[in-house]
Amino acid sequence: MASEQVEEYLEAIYDLESRDGSAKTTTIAKCMKVAPASVTEVLKSLSDKGFVQYEPYRGATLTEEGKKIADTIKRKHRLLEVFLTDVVKLNQEKVHDQACRMEHTISEETEDALCRMLDAPAHCPHGSPISPCNKGVGSCAECNSAGKTDMPVAIRDKKIIPITDLDLEQKSRIAFIRGDCKVVQRLSDLGLTLGTTVSLLKKTPMGGPVEILVRRTKLAIDHAIAENIFIESPGPGET
Amino acid sequence: MSGCKECKSCPATRESTLKNADYTIALAGNANVGKSVIFNQLTGVDQIIGNWPGKTVERAEGLLLHAGKRIRVIDLPGIYSFSTYSMEELVSRDFIALEHPDAVINVIDASALERNLFFSIQLLELAPPMMIAVNQIDLAEKKGITIDTGKLSTLLGVPVVPTVAIRGKGIPALTNAITGLMQGHTVPPVLRYGKEIEERIGKIISLLGMVTTRYPVRWTAIKLLERDPVITQIVREQDPGIVETAGVLAGEIESIHGEPVCVVMSAERYQVADRIAAEVISLRAPGEGPQKKSLTDKLDAVALHPVLGYLAVIAVIGGLLVWTFLVGALVSAFLSGFLSQFEQYRPVISGPLMDILLNGAFTGFVAGITLVVPYVLPFYLLLAVMEDSGYLTRISVMLDRGMHKLGLHGKAIIPLILGYGCNVPAIYSCRIMETPKQKTLAAFLVTLVPCTARTVVILGLVAAFVNIWWALALYAFDILLIIVAGRIAFKTMPGESVGLIMEMPDYHVPSLSVVLKQTWARTKSLIWIVFPAYIIGSAIIQAFYAAGLLTPVNDLLAPVTVLWLGLPALVGITLIFGIVRKEMTILTLAVLFHTTNFAAIMSPVQLVVLALVSMLYIPCISVILVLGSEFGWKKALAISASEIVMAIAVGGIAFRLLSLVM
Repeated sequence: MASEQVEEYLEAIYDLESRDGSAKTTTIAKCMKVAPASVTEVLKSLSDKGFVQYEPYRGATLTEEGKKIADTIKRKHRLLEVFLTDVVKLNQEKVHDQACRMEHTISEETEDALCRMLDAPAHCPHGSPISPCNKGVGSCAECNSAGKTDMPVAIRDKKIIPITDLDLEQKSRIAFIRGDCKVVQRLSDLGLTLGTTVSLLKKTPMGGPVEILVRRTKLAIDHAIAENIFIESPGPGET
Repeated sequence: MSGCKECKSCPATRESTLKNADYTIALAGNANVGKSVIFNQLTGVDQIIGNWPGKTVERAEGLLLHAGKRIRVIDLPGIYSFSTYSMEELVSRDFIALEHPDAVINVIDASALERNLFFSIQLLELAPPMMIAVNQIDLAEKKGITIDTGKLSTLLGVPVVPTVAIRGKGIPALTNAITGLMQGHTVPPVLRYGKEIEERIGKIISLLGMVTTRYPVRWTAIKLLERDPVITQIVREQDPGIVETAGVLAGEIESIHGEPVCVVMSAERYQVADRIAAEVISLRAPGEGPQKKSLTDKLDAVALHPVLGYLAVIAVIGGLLVWTFLVGALVSAFLSGFLSQFEQYRPVISGPLMDILLNGAFTGFVAGITLVVPYVLPFYLLLAVMEDSGYLTRISVMLDRGMHKLGLHGKAIIPLILGYGCNVPAIYSCRIMETPKQKTLAAFLVTLVPCTARTVVILGLVAAFVNIWWALALYAFDILLIIVAGRIAFKTMPGESVGLIMEMPDYHVPSLSVVLKQTWARTKSLIWIVFPAYIIGSAIIQAFYAAGLLTPVNDLLAPVTVLWLGLPALVGITLIFGIVRKEMTILTLAVLFHTTNFAAIMSPVQLVVLALVSMLYIPCISVILVLGSEFGWKKALAISASEIVMAIAVGGIAFRLLSLVM
């Protein structure tokens, strides 16, 4: 099976899983515009490769491995959408289809360069979040300087999530702050330096500011800024 | 050593400053640490609140009399760092480094020691004679935090005094320590950063031998390493080579840490702060059983609740406005009744010129008194209570999302609410916004907020003679207009905007002295700007009036007032009067038509249109003056002109639409 096809399937399962909890064969078939029988074939093969967990009649869910691939592809897709909209100024309706085809062919290096050129956007033109890259960097400035010197950057070993995705009262350590130097500077002046433990105290409705606790201080932070503060994903046991 | 005799860059400092002080000391520290309370405790009522020369940053100074000495106390703005993030930070660091105060008192919050020490470390680098007041130790104790102030003093090498400023505890010890500090102090030990940083600081220091700046050498070296734009510029003028070397060294640090150097330095400082804090803090283990929720947590469960929170905001702001106008109307009626015993309240338009001028000045004075005392004063008093209690920050958080629609963020709600009292202090308060764009945008929107004077017009014309619902509709329309105008201005204005990053202080019972001081600071701008403008403006306009310029002006304005807005021709002059004082519109109207029953002379549509136009057409002369002094005349005139155009356009459309329905 071609890698492009694998990625397309994983992407579809990713979307359906986040919508319905798991991806049913018939829904995947509808999505991919193919016959349910061929979906079953593909799912079996994906399951053999260790990308999905597949139980007949109940549907498929992504494994950690599968999720990683889907995440990368989604990131490429959304970055490309921003590029096609903001730089190439392509008609908004054509952006999605075009990105769908391009996402499978661009290299990781191109993906990073695209991210740097677009100043690490947080959302695609349709408003979906763009996940951070999997480089072991603490801020975008670090990536920028690495890009200039063509320095290889290690892959981040831990999974990171935006602070807004923490449960209330949950604690974790800051791993990466996306954004321009001024905001990063302001945040670090207020105590949000890399490796610092923070906890989420409160969220306000409709994407209002979030309240966090850092170094015994409570701060209210604009939702869009908070979304760019990434923390190590706390394991299920830690609270 | 006090003052800055050689400093030519800030000649205005001495104009607004206390004379004959023997010493000058400064209070520095984060926001919300009780710095203002300590300032009030030290200086009492003798305070001067003004601007830093040429900057839209508030400057407060007062006089402390101690041991026969006159000590000038400067309250520096509450800041978190000495970068160039905001004007407040620049002003503070330049004051300490260039004006050499005889002592700097760093007020820190005992409950958030790490973040406060982060600032203390930077202050130590500026190397003034310095001491620390660890404030609110009682609150920290309640949270189970005990601080060993003696140890802190040893570690930092400066005197440390524990205080509970709000109850006056520790203030005598503080004043004694200040006197001690001014008589002589030891140089505190340098707090060292990581090896790779110190090596590079050392290299830069060795190069700086031939360069003379008025900042301390080590501080200059650190700022060069941080690529501080201001310091880099100063050094580049003398020796561009050093700047280049510092840039290379900064680049090395960036490649070691993989972070912008300023962020590396913040992290380094926090490491030092964390280390010191860990040594001086002893935490009492939380008691057995489930943790008791603090009062702040309990209140925030309501104040930041997705439904209750908004209801609370509406109730509090609505209550504030209703209370103000109910109480205000009563007191205002009483005061004007009382004052009318002394002098004819109605405009005098014939007779000797002197009489006309005096009468004009007096009506201006009466108008000032009957607006400021009953409406604005109680409004600001209550608002200061809300502000000092900590609730205003919760309103900012709840309304942040809505403020985004205007291109602003939650903090902008403070100037907008203030605007309902009087636009003048509201425009001053736009200083709390971060970028020049956000400051200007907030000020522009403030001028669209109906102040007390405009509310008098709306109530007097519409609520009294049409009905209360049309008056409320005008208010609702105004809010809508603010949103639309805000969006347009946000899109068209150049400059950058930043999102909300704000500390959330714990709730506390407001301090009387802070509340009174805040109220006074805001009311004072009314007395110095609005009162004179009222009095002089009223006298001049009265003279014009008496000189028979009435009809020509009305004729001149007739195409707009009569043809486009559908108002009686006589209204033209009242709108001109309204530039001086908005509520003068209604006053002159009564005189010109010889009646206060406006329903007899104008149709409901005309009343609504007139109220609408006077609500929008131009900020009054006091506001234009303040806009000019804060943002420059170009912007002041641009705002005024755009509002005239908008008011005429909206008024004309409203006249045509309302004629269909009313």
